[in-house]
Amino acid sequence: MRARQTTWLRSAAGIAWKDLAIEWHSREIVYTMGFLATLVVLVFSFALVAGQDSKLGPGTIAGILWVAVLFSGTVALSRTFDREREGEAIRSLLLSPVPRSAIYAGKLAATSCIMFFVELVVTPLVGVFFSAPVAEHAAWLALQLLLGTIGFAAAGVVFSAALLRSRSRDALLGALLFPVVVPVLMAGARGTTLLLDAEVPDLDPAVFWTRFLGAVDVIFVAVGVWAFEPVAVGE
Amino acid sequence: MGESPLPEYHPPVTSSQNNAPFAVLLAVSAVGFLAVPFLIVLAPIEPTMGIIQKIFYFHAPIAWLLLLSTGVCAAGSIAYLFAGSDGGDRLAHASAELGVLFGACTLVTGPMWARVAWGVFWTWDARLTSSLLLWLMLVAYLLARRYGGPGAKKLSAALALFAAADAPLFYVSVNVWRTIHPKTTVVPSLGWPMARVFLSCLLLFTIFFGVLLMLRLRLEKARVALAELEIAHEDAREARS
Repeated sequence: MRARQTTWLRSAAGIAWKDLAIEWHSREIVYTMGFLATLVVLVFSFALVAGQDSKLGPGTIAGILWVAVLFSGTVALSRTFDREREGEAIRSLLLSPVPRSAIYAGKLAATSCIMFFVELVVTPLVGVFFSAPVAEHAAWLALQLLLGTIGFAAAGVVFSAALLRSRSRDALLGALLFPVVVPVLMAGARGTTLLLDAEVPDLDPAVFWTRFLGAVDVIFVAVGVWAFEPVAVGE
Repeated sequence: MGESPLPEYHPPVTSSQNNAPFAVLLAVSAVGFLAVPFLIVLAPIEPTMGIIQKIFYFHAPIAWLLLLSTGVCAAGSIAYLFAGSDGGDRLAHASAELGVLFGACTLVTGPMWARVAWGVFWTWDARLTSSLLLWLMLVAYLLARRYGGPGAKKLSAALALFAAADAPLFYVSVNVWRTIHPKTTVVPSLGWPMARVFLSCLLLFTIFFGVLLMLRLRLEKARVALAELEIAHEDAREARS
């Protein structure tokens, strides 16, 4: 039993490590995703603030940050699975004597790592552009972003795997994923709003939404592990 | 293909047995749709809201059907994903289509009432938002199914699982946000004359849902049978030439 757990962990870590190593050499996802996230933030600032004297409220700023994270996250998802399609690498991965749940966990870990890295760059940028106090509760904000990212990727990995052989995968991924991850977006945006709002006296409500994100993660990862196995087998 | 024998003719399943329960349900819902309008008209007029309250007899049952079809869709998808049941897949598909239909009715009748009661067509109230999201997920299910390419059935089944997991999350958010939508606890407080009509509407619409579901499943079965027949016909012609 113990030995099986160790093998499972090692396989999952191996798959995550492989994805991160490929990314470390090409840096393709981090650059394109980071650029897209920055552009989303800029598009919002051109639409909402540029040329006006108004300052955005904490709710709007938190919303912009989370929309940027989720939109750019789809790039990370579709690219990590595109790499498996090239040279039919997915076939070798599925044929290898590794539990499907370990493949799922490895993919989830790698995607979350890449997304979180980009968030570490984009969040200070949001703080600078909108003069938002992102550093005030930096640890809580990082925790919310991490939990939100895991929830988003937990659903996203299943859909990207299922869309691997579909021709319209780029169009469909966003269309299927965004309705599903709305709880992540709502809880994340609400929680971050409370962190950025100087008028909120204590952290209690923000802690509630952080816990809610944690609960969403547990549910999404459980459903994800469960659904990944039959979905990844293919037609 | 080698020396494949000439395929046998399998008549479509729909034309033969199992018609009795369907016919009974069809008759019950036909009678119900004739009777219920009279019940609704005769029901006492609610004192504070007046006549517009009567849309509730229609709106609440179909909103319940939106939830029910999400549940049936998820259950069918589980049967398909984990037991390989094609029947489960057809059930999930049929109920997703019905969910989109009844969800659209819910999202049209709700604002009609809200315009009079609240003065606006739409607010970002938790219950409205979650109905809209459930409906969007069922639409996404149909999109995935039609355009998902190879593996579309499994993709949409996975989506149905996530939709079912999302429903309680939306429900939690109802209790956290301040909501102006009438709570479900309004039903016991109606008083018997109104509750009676409401419960008959609820029952009637649920039966109607069953009728449509069975009809859709029969249609799908007939479609599959026809496709198989065409393939068999094609094979037989090839074998002869």
